Amino acid sequence: MADAPSGNADNKAVEAFLQGGSLKHAPGPYFGSFGGRWMPESLIAAVDELEETFDKAKDDPEFRAQVADLNKNYSGRPSLLTEAKRFSTHAGGVRIFLKREDLNHTGSHKINNVLGQALLAKRMGKTRVIAETGAGQHGVASATAAALMGLECVVYMGAEDCRRQALNVARMELLGATVIPVTSGSQTLKDAINDALRDWVANVDNTHYLLGTAAGAHPFPAMVRYFHEVIGEEARAQILDQEGRLPDAVCACIGGGSNAIGIFHGFLDDPSVKIYGFEAGGDGMETGRHAATITLGKPGVLHGARSYLMQDDDGQTIESHSISAGLDYPGVGPEHSYLSDIGRVSYEPITDREAMEAFRLLCRTEGIIPAIESAHALAGAIKVGQRMAEEAAAIGGAAQDKIVIVNLSGRGDKDVATAAEWFDLLDKDSAEAEIGKEGEQL
Amino acid sequence: MASKAQTISRSAAAIDKARAEGRAALIGYLPAGYPSVEETIAAGIALAENGADLIEIGIPYSDPVMDGQVIQAATTEALAKGFSVRQVFDVVAGITSKTDAAVLVMTYWNPVVRMGVDEFSRRLSEAGGAGLITPDLIPDEAAEWMEASDKYGLDRVFLVAPSSTTERMQRTVDASRGFVYAVSIMGVTGARTSVSTAAKDVVAAAHAVGAERVCVGLGVCNAGQVREIAAYAEGVIVGTALVAAIRDGGVEAVAALTKDLSTGLTRETGLTREEA
Repeated sequence: MADAPSGNADNKAVEAFLQGGSLKHAPGPYFGSFGGRWMPESLIAAVDELEETFDKAKDDPEFRAQVADLNKNYSGRPSLLTEAKRFSTHAGGVRIFLKREDLNHTGSHKINNVLGQALLAKRMGKTRVIAETGAGQHGVASATAAALMGLECVVYMGAEDCRRQALNVARMELLGATVIPVTSGSQTLKDAINDALRDWVANVDNTHYLLGTAAGAHPFPAMVRYFHEVIGEEARAQILDQEGRLPDAVCACIGGGSNAIGIFHGFLDDPSVKIYGFEAGGDGMETGRHAATITLGKPGVLHGARSYLMQDDDGQTIESHSISAGLDYPGVGPEHSYLSDIGRVSYEPITDREAMEAFRLLCRTEGIIPAIESAHALAGAIKVGQRMAEEAAAIGGAAQDKIVIVNLSGRGDKDVATAAEWFDLLDKDSAEAEIGKEGEQL
Repeated sequence: MASKAQTISRSAAAIDKARAEGRAALIGYLPAGYPSVEETIAAGIALAENGADLIEIGIPYSDPVMDGQVIQAATTEALAKGFSVRQVFDVVAGITSKTDAAVLVMTYWNPVVRMGVDEFSRRLSEAGGAGLITPDLIPDEAAEWMEASDKYGLDRVFLVAPSSTTERMQRTVDASRGFVYAVSIMGVTGARTSVSTAAKDVVAAAHAVGAERVCVGLGVCNAGQVREIAAYAEGVIVGTALVAAIRDGGVEAVAALTKDLSTGLTRETGLTREEA
């Protein structure tokens, strides 16, 4: 059993904090001492233009109607809230509900943000969007939005990721995007962001940088959150409709933190709701091979924002490690750093092993293959559920009176090869096993 | 405080000395620890002895978003060889103890944050450094650095770009001390065959809001380009070409290139900007 979380100060403390105002719709550029614009001057005009366009758009009924229409008739929103009854028995018997972002078009929450930003790009008269991607999820989503809206799309992706995720590269190319393998630095997601920023500096006149997470310079963290707030708004309305009350806890996985900030936002001002973010613990905290930025990082500036950061004593960024490419990032969105510091949200690490056990459990108990990213949230929910059940038992309560919502941020089709390798499901002479072996060496 | 510090700006003094000689100042960039700390010091001294008025020492950083491939490759190699940030003070002290050149450090901001802005400034000052060039720090976020640079009498060189609005140009020029770094094009570091016409406009815009010393960088690699820029700016910054020189020909090549670049500094009219 894990130790009690340091965040989620008791309800009275959160209530007292909230008396000072709402935690919702924080406009940036600062979230406490985090956020800001730690960017080259060359790009300030572009982020200024984006901020101005976004501020106008979100107050414009026509823009809001466009977003709502795309969410409903293109992405398939609202996504379902599904009770996971058989899975719940493994989480101390608390009732677990899944917010089904996996059912969106393109298979994850990412579509919410890319559609919104692509609309803004059009409003700014930009004809080209660029994006970074780790395993390819945000790249595929960006290519999708670009195809839908007739924008040129260039995706930067680490050279090794391109090789390991050849099918996602093919997907992006099918959608009309150009994928550029990144060979600089550590050739990972952070270097893909660096190269996208270099492209943006040189092509800012006609190009919008479609950043994939709630990180980066202002207005990106507040803007990306805005496009994902629909997750939390829907989940809150759905649980009230289905159960007539708020949940006791909300869980999400955190890489940069966009799915998490989206669902958290719906519940930030509800003091009775405990909120948990689960970072990638990789091989384990003690190994140094992880992506637990808030748990073990220190404040610093990277990619435009001040936030928690995995860095060495010299301030050099440390490479992160996770079985989940979507969580494999050494930074985190600045609003999460703030929510951690004020104790509103608890952030805890989940190891690769814990995530993969939860991954298999959901497959077998609910018939849903989750993204490995989302499996971190599921593994966290199991721990939270077990703790809640113990607490309830201690005061003579029943676990089944407790409700936990988990953001199932994406589907796991993309992860089948990784999972098959992990669980040793492949014939060792198969082509897939060969690919898996190469992946293991990386 | 600012005007008092202005009088002790070592960068400004070096640029003014060049101006008194009827020429622009030459600023040469080298990444610390590439190919070794000793060679960076030797190359810095060679820069000063062959016509550079100011020397810019870069701190290798894991995420250099404003740098092109040549500088990235050099700094990545320096880091792979185990360069540590505190060695930059050895480089600065090694050069300032042997030359009169003003030595600035060019650094992305996180290494400074990690060491502590005050601690970094104190050590830079003790090493004889003139100040910092900060490619990813804008005045809006620089409160701590403004305070530390005043406390230790260090120059703070912010960047202006072709995309900077007049309002931002004003703010940046007002916050800067020593000189203002004009980015010649919208792009990253790297040698280019011609200097964009945007450079002249950026310099004019900076002068128009009161900048006394504007130096142009990004893409400058030969004496012809130096001559072109020397006609309208107080200083010319060369980076990538020098990094390629030390990579391919060591300290001797740096000396030879610096000597050649410096032939472009004299303004053909012989007039200073004010007179022209």
